[in-house]
This record gives sequence, structure tokens and C-alpha cells, in this order.
Amino acid sequence: MSTQRGMNFVATAFQRTLLYLIVILIMLLYPLLEPPYLSGPRWLSVLMLPLLAYIILVLVQRYRRNALPPLEIGVGLFLLAFVPICLASLRGFAGEEAPRNYWTTVAACVLAAWLLNDLLSGAKYRSGWWGNIAKFAVPTIFSLTLLFLWEVLVRALAIPFVLLPPPTAIAQRLANSLPVLMADVNQTIFRSVLIGYALGCAAGFAAAIVADRFVFLRRGLLPIGNMVSALPIIGVAPIMVMWFGFDWQSKAAVVVIMTFFPMLVNTVAGLAASGHMERDLMRTYASGYWQTLVKLRLPAAMPFIFNALKINSTLALIGAIVAEFFGTPVVGMGFRISTEVGRMNVDMVWAEIAVAALAGSVFYGVIALVERAVTFWHPSIRGG
Amino acid sequence: MNAIASDMKPATETLSPVVEARGLGLTFHTNDGPVNALSDVNLAIGKGEFVSFIGPSGCGKTTFLRVIADLEQPTAGTITVNGMTPGEAREKRAYGYVFQAAGLFPWRTIQRNVALPLEIMGYSQAERRERIRRTLELVNLTGFEKKYPWQLSGGMQQRASIARALAFDADLLLMDEPFGALDEIVRDHLNEQLLQLWARTTKTICFVTHSIPEAVYLSTKIVVMSPRPGRVTDVIDSTLPRERPLDIRETPEFLAIAARVRDGLRAGHSYED
Repeated sequence: MSTQRGMNFVATAFQRTLLYLIVILIMLLYPLLEPPYLSGPRWLSVLMLPLLAYIILVLVQRYRRNALPPLEIGVGLFLLAFVPICLASLRGFAGEEAPRNYWTTVAACVLAAWLLNDLLSGAKYRSGWWGNIAKFAVPTIFSLTLLFLWEVLVRALAIPFVLLPPPTAIAQRLANSLPVLMADVNQTIFRSVLIGYALGCAAGFAAAIVADRFVFLRRGLLPIGNMVSALPIIGVAPIMVMWFGFDWQSKAAVVVIMTFFPMLVNTVAGLAASGHMERDLMRTYASGYWQTLVKLRLPAAMPFIFNALKINSTLALIGAIVAEFFGTPVVGMGFRISTEVGRMNVDMVWAEIAVAALAGSVFYGVIALVERAVTFWHPSIRGG
Repeated sequence: MNAIASDMKPATETLSPVVEARGLGLTFHTNDGPVNALSDVNLAIGKGEFVSFIGPSGCGKTTFLRVIADLEQPTAGTITVNGMTPGEAREKRAYGYVFQAAGLFPWRTIQRNVALPLEIMGYSQAERRERIRRTLELVNLTGFEKKYPWQLSGGMQQRASIARALAFDADLLLMDEPFGALDEIVRDHLNEQLLQLWARTTKTICFVTHSIPEAVYLSTKIVVMSPRPGRVTDVIDSTLPRERPLDIRETPEFLAIAARVRDGLRAGHSYED
């Protein structure tokens, strides 16, 4: 027993000593690391290996013991201080591939971010004030790590700009072309997408009400609806351009076609979702068709209708952008993507993609928020 | 035992009956052939009575209630509700119906659930508010107006659905096993409250149940039914006083009526075995 404990103590003491040595080493090392990366004496580059070994050790310990002494946590997180050095060094490579020891530091940085996120996901930060911060911080750190890796990989491996531009270049392009991007968003999102979406969803909803009233329409319309929703948008878009001209109207028409049938099918299913008993109840009140529709069947259909609204929000964006490939005035996100690809300005293409992703997320998020407010009573939202 | 009536004749009623069925039959046409849900039912229900329908499942007790409510159409015989056809009576909002489950709308608060029939029937805002207050008080749900149905217990939900059926001026209350899904303690409590409520409102109540004590405790008249084909085998007029504390269920009089109901149910069953 006692020898066991003694041996354990020796091991711990040895580990600790090693730890302190590494800490002192890092402290000494840090000011010496100046961009361009490790252009200094050669011994400096060899010293980066213990850093990587150290952070791997800390992570392994974390998953085997589930608890870490504060010192190990502190040193582990201190490694994040190398992130700015890694980024600053990128400039020095200037299209050349980075030296091999550069990757040691990058790996150490990513593992340190892993450690940070792992700690933030722990039980300590599940609730309360810290919980709210952690809930926001974990995905943020995760995304930032991915962006960091993207930037570092593209630049340090000297990947051609046309294949994949680094995120900083995309961000810079985005910031410099704000007026152009705003005009494109105005043309594509606020005209084609929103108008087409509103018209398509409203028409699908109205058609569902009519189909509900007349059984033959429901039987006749739904199979056609399934067929039309399977139509390739690539085929429909040029025809719509011929019908409605080059401006946003033809794109809105494509969006209407894409959003109409999901809304129709979902609303028809939703109107059938209210229970027999509830409908019998309305009958005992001698409630008319419209009263039953407004007070029972539409509220019961809301989860289905919001499902269609969410599906359609992404469909509308795809439809509008792709439709612009087939003829458009000299503005619009799809137009910009197709022309800038031809000019090899891929950073602009990526900037448009980023803006489209942002707009799509906001669009979807707003609908999801409204859904929560409207169908608060549904078991999937009230959580019961 | 002075209360024996197997085939109620209208002449025995002083007032014209609220519900009167003559030779009533209903056959469902299913894929497995016709099913006789009701066959030759003759019954008169007088104003202010509390009538229980009891029998095993498939005896047509719920079907009969649904015929009164114009939710099913009879295929033989005649039935009148307040002297009209069930369809006309439904259009005139002659009855309130309480289903086996509460069937409250989850997107409406309790008070707005009670307001539902009032909105459909076009009561004024002030009238609605007054009736909601009164009926929720009647079923002891004051203070729960702003709650949603899924925030209440099963018993409270069923009480809210009774309030909803009482909120408008229908003299007839049709209840289809309203307490069937509740535990016995809650059920006893609600039975007691239902009797008090009936005494205060002078409504006619038709009550479907498969519990003998519940039927005997609540009713002024017990209609015993049997299945295949669904028919009335016995009609028992209760001799119990209108004032009924829960412990009346231990009196010999109560047990005698319960025994007769049980005999009636058994007689119905011996047919098929």
C-alpha cells in the first residue's frame, strides 16, 4: 500500500517538475517567436515539439481522470496565445509552403481550443449566468477554430486562390464590395425571394382551402402537385424568363412554382389533422364550415403550415439564385456568382455565398421564432 | 320496490318528454357486413331527469347518445328531441355534449375554451365574460381561467369541458362516459359535484357509464342495455332521494337497485353464451 502511494507520489512529483519546466520554457519562448515564423535559430523550432506533446498529454489526462489541476488547465489555455503568432506568420510564407514545424504549433493551438471548449461544455457551465455564456461561446469557438484551420491550411499549403480563397480574403472582399452586395441582396432577396415566397405560400394556402372544400379538387390537384414539385428548376427557369422577362418577376415566378406545392400539400395534411372528437364537438355547437375552419382546423394545422414555411424559405433562396443564371439585369446574387466565376474572382463568389448563407439563416430563424410563438401549445415546443 | 317500468309510455309523463324514441334502430354497414348497433329502442326521458345508460361495450349506449345529438343517423323508427328532429334540435343548440376525453383546444386558455361555444353562438363580450365566470365557479375552477389545458390535471380538464357544455343555455346535457378515464377518488368527487350541479341547474342529463355504482348513485332513471343487437333490457326508476351524500352507497336501498342493475346486465349477457 505505502509503496504504491510512494510510487504514485514520485510519479506526480516528476510530472509536476516537468510541468514547471515546460511552463518556464514557454514563458521564455513566447517573446522570441516573431514573424516570419521561426526564421530565428534552428534550436527554436525543435522546442515546439514539447508543446504539442504537452497539450496531448493534458487532453488524454482530461478524458481519463475527468478532472484537471488548475495549473495544467492554465498552461493548456496559455497555448492559445500562439494563435496570433500562427496567423501573423502566414504573411511571411508569401505563397511558399510553411516549414514542417509550423504545423506543430497549429496542431497545439487547435488542441488548446479543443480543451477550452471541452471545459466550457462541462457540468460547471450548464446553468445560470455562466451557462448562458457557454451556450453562446462553445459554437463560436468551434466556428472560429474551423475558420482558423481554413485560413492556415489554405495559406500555409499555398493552395491556389482560385480553388479556395482564405476566409480573410473573402471577408476583405465582402467589406470592400458592400454597395454591390447590398444591391444584389436588394434585387434577389427583397424582390425575387420575398415576393415570390409570399405569393407562392399564399397561393398554396388558398389552393389548400379550396381543395379542402371541394373533394374532386383535392383528388385532382395533389397528384399534379407532386409531379410539378418534381420538375427540375433548371428546366423551368428559362421558360419563366421567356414568359416574364429578365427582371425579378421571372425569378419570383420560379420561386412561386417551387414554394406553391409544399405549402399546398402540408396545409391539406394539416387541415385533416384535427381529431374526430373535436370536429364532433364543433358539430354539436351547430358551427358553420368557416367557424370550424377558423376556430379548430386552422389552429390545428399550424404546425404543418410552419413546416411548409420553413421548407420553402430555403427552397425560395435556391430557386431565385439559380433562376438568375438564365438571364437577368446586371444585378442579383445569382448573376454575380455566375459572372464573377467566369472572371476568376472567386473571392466575390464566396462573399455572395456568405451573404446568401447569412440571409437564409436569418430568414429561417425569423420563421422558426414566429412558429414558437404561434404553436407554443404543441407538445414538440412546450416539451410535454 | 314501487318503481318498475320496462317500456315507458308517454302517458306516464306529466310533461312532454325531452327525448322520445320509438322503435329506434341503427345499422352500421361495415366491410364485414351490417352491424346492429341499436334495435327497437323505445324510451322517453322527462324534463329534469338524470338518466344513466349502462351496459357492456358494444351495447349501443354511446350510439344512442350520438343519435340524440344528431352525430349518427338512425336507420329505423323515430326520435324527437324537445319535440323536434335531432337535426333541428342541434341547429337550435338544444344540448351540451361532454365527450369521453376533455377535448379542450390546447391553444386556448381554460376561459377561452369555455368561451368557444359562446363565440360560435354569438354571445356578446359582456355576456361571455359573465357566463365564463359563472360556469367556472360551478365546476370549481375559479382561479384557473388563464391556464392552458395541458397545465391542468385530467380531472380538472374534464371539469373544464363540463363547464364548456354548461356555458350556453341548453336544457339537455349529454355525457358520454365523462369520468371513464379518471381514477376512482377523483371520480367520486366529480360525481358528487355533478349531482350538486344538476340540483342547481334543473337540466336534463343523459349519462353513459359502465360503472354500476356510478349509475345508481347519480340517476333518477337507469336504462340497462345489452349488445348484439344493442337494445334496452330494463328501465329502473330510482327510489333514492334527490339529496344523496356519498355514503348513501352503503344503504340497503342503494344495494337493492344495484343488484337489479346487475341482474339486468347478466340477463342481457346470457343471450349469447
